Amino acid sequence: MKRSRYFLAFFFLAAAVLLLLIANICIGSVNIPLNEVVSILRGGGEAQVSSDIVLQIRLPRALAAAILGGGLALSGYLLQTFFHNPIAGPFTLGISSGAKLVVALVMVFFLEHALRVSSLVLILAAFIGAMIAMSFVLLMSRVLDQMATLIVSGVMIGYICTAITDFVVTFADDSDIVNLHNWSQGSFSGISWDNVAVMAVVIFLASVCVFLMSKPISAYQLGEAYAQNMGLNIRLFRILLVLLSSVLSACVTAFAGPVSFVGTAVPQLVKNLFRTAKPILMIPASFLGGAVFCLFCDLLARTLFAPTELSISTVTAAFGAPVVIMIMIRRKKEEA
Amino acid sequence: MEEFYFRTRGMTVGYRGTPLIKNIDIRLKQGEILTLIGPNGAGKTTILKSIIRQLSLLGGAVYLDGSDMGALSGNELARRLSVVLTQRIHPELMSCEDVVATGRYPYTGKFGVLTGEDRRIVQETMELVHIRELADRDFGKISDGQKQRVMLARALCQQPEILVLDEPTSFLDIRYKLEFLSVIQRMSRERKLTIIMSLHELDLAERISDRIACVRGDCIDRFGTPEEIFTDGYIQKLYGMRLGSYDELTGSLELEKNPCRPEVFVIGGCGTGTPVYRKLQRGGVPFATGVLWENDLDYPAAKALAASLVTEKPFRPFSADSLEEAKRLIRECGRTVCTLEPEAVGELASGLTELKEYARKLGRLS
Repeated sequence: MKRSRYFLAFFFLAAAVLLLLIANICIGSVNIPLNEVVSILRGGGEAQVSSDIVLQIRLPRALAAAILGGGLALSGYLLQTFFHNPIAGPFTLGISSGAKLVVALVMVFFLEHALRVSSLVLILAAFIGAMIAMSFVLLMSRVLDQMATLIVSGVMIGYICTAITDFVVTFADDSDIVNLHNWSQGSFSGISWDNVAVMAVVIFLASVCVFLMSKPISAYQLGEAYAQNMGLNIRLFRILLVLLSSVLSACVTAFAGPVSFVGTAVPQLVKNLFRTAKPILMIPASFLGGAVFCLFCDLLARTLFAPTELSISTVTAAFGAPVVIMIMIRRKKEEA
Repeated sequence: MEEFYFRTRGMTVGYRGTPLIKNIDIRLKQGEILTLIGPNGAGKTTILKSIIRQLSLLGGAVYLDGSDMGALSGNELARRLSVVLTQRIHPELMSCEDVVATGRYPYTGKFGVLTGEDRRIVQETMELVHIRELADRDFGKISDGQKQRVMLARALCQQPEILVLDEPTSFLDIRYKLEFLSVIQRMSRERKLTIIMSLHELDLAERISDRIACVRGDCIDRFGTPEEIFTDGYIQKLYGMRLGSYDELTGSLELEKNPCRPEVFVIGGCGTGTPVYRKLQRGGVPFATGVLWENDLDYPAAKALAASLVTEKPFRPFSADSLEEAKRLIRECGRTVCTLEPEAVGELASGLTELKEYARKLGRLS
């Protein structure tokens, strides 16, 4: 019975990814029917405009939303495991904002010196920022052992970083700043095929590493002391967990800016869908769930008030934040 | 040295480089049960954590079957030693069976998938600890006592040679305390499982342990068999008990005695006096009692609680001196209570009849 539930849940997620990918390609300011999309993908396609829209704009954007959404959810899953805290996530702990700050600084610096910023430089900058924020959270977690206070401190770190980012963005005078401004609010727009290639490689490698760690993660769920007695090298494990979750959220931030609440909400939703916390299921499921969530939110962000585009964080927050509140209420009930 | 299966040599343990307990020498044969006892905060948990390598040793070494335990890899250690700790675990959405199955961790492959053999061992262990009916229950929703048994099953599932338990019975009710310790005892006998644990229940420690180590101050104050440890007055000293008392032989505890001038004299014996002594203690009434043989059932409680006590050597008729002393106390106390029928006790205790008559004549018997 359990097995069939897992199977159905995976089938549901995979089907949702596929359907949303198609929807994201077809729907927009210009609706393109499915049969035309198919023929364009096959290399045909009559209208040059439609072909460009599909191949240069919508397809890379949809793929990016799927890949980055998956990475973000996975990063959140790792952080929740690490802190034994169901409302942890790259956004709630301020890690996305830390990454954003350093990326903004690097971008402004490069733009002022009229240099081109490569994808890898962006990821590196985001990773450094993520690690700085992460170190701060780790320091705080030694003092604050309560789940809520740690999150509050993370949110505060996020605000500080965002404030500095806004300051930098506002006072940097350049025409490209408009782009920077969009990015700093969180958006999947303007993703090129190069970007997609780089993010696919980084996120794929990181995700495989995470999947290979599913056994130690299952041990860690029983707490450090028991995990250690099961033969787990806790120190190494913790370092790997921090590095992988930082790489994942850094990669997302580098390309799409801060995307709120995906990392927190998706693993929890998926956990409820599967009714299990087994890492070997949760890791691929979180990835798929994140992809579904971001594809869906990006579709809304693009189409809801077209031609005006909402920032992705606005939409993800609208769906993700209530989930976080629900988790907290349920926790409280369980404790009582 | 080889005949000892588990051994610590000059082990010094503590936190962050500060030694807490020094020069611990423990020697155990395979299948023996060692219990650490000692006051709160004495460092029992610190010693256990050091043995299971959660804390690094500050000196000395731990040997398992002749080889240095510090040199074992994490996985090797996990196959030989498993633990039940005091800290609670909060796994999400895990059934009790899932929790037990985590004990197979050191034996499963890269992705931790259980084989048929693993599942068989999980079932078998749950049977052994009597938690079959909990298998599908959510671990977060069972009682503390049940959780503790699940954690024991988990540890046994790991098929260790040594089992380390930190205060395993603390949250269990009396039935499960005995059941829990019975399982442990059976494992030590049948599977030659060596057991190291800390217990707060001294009576249970005395009954189950082959060896006891008393942790006090910065060292192991005593290490030996229960008979060697539970000698007169030692427990009181070990725990620095200022109020109340502990009887090493019967394992019974008594609260503080009221040492003022006795107000009630109790003629008791054969276990009939003890409930009355305790009742008087609860009421804060100082009392005297006698004459009791030193092997009487009432003797331990009388010794712990009576302000004055008249005794006689076992199986001897009461001497004139003791009877005189008892009569003096009866005169001194306002009231005398007799808790047994002295006439029914037997000739050797005829002195008790005399005392009862004496009290009646004085009009003090109630």
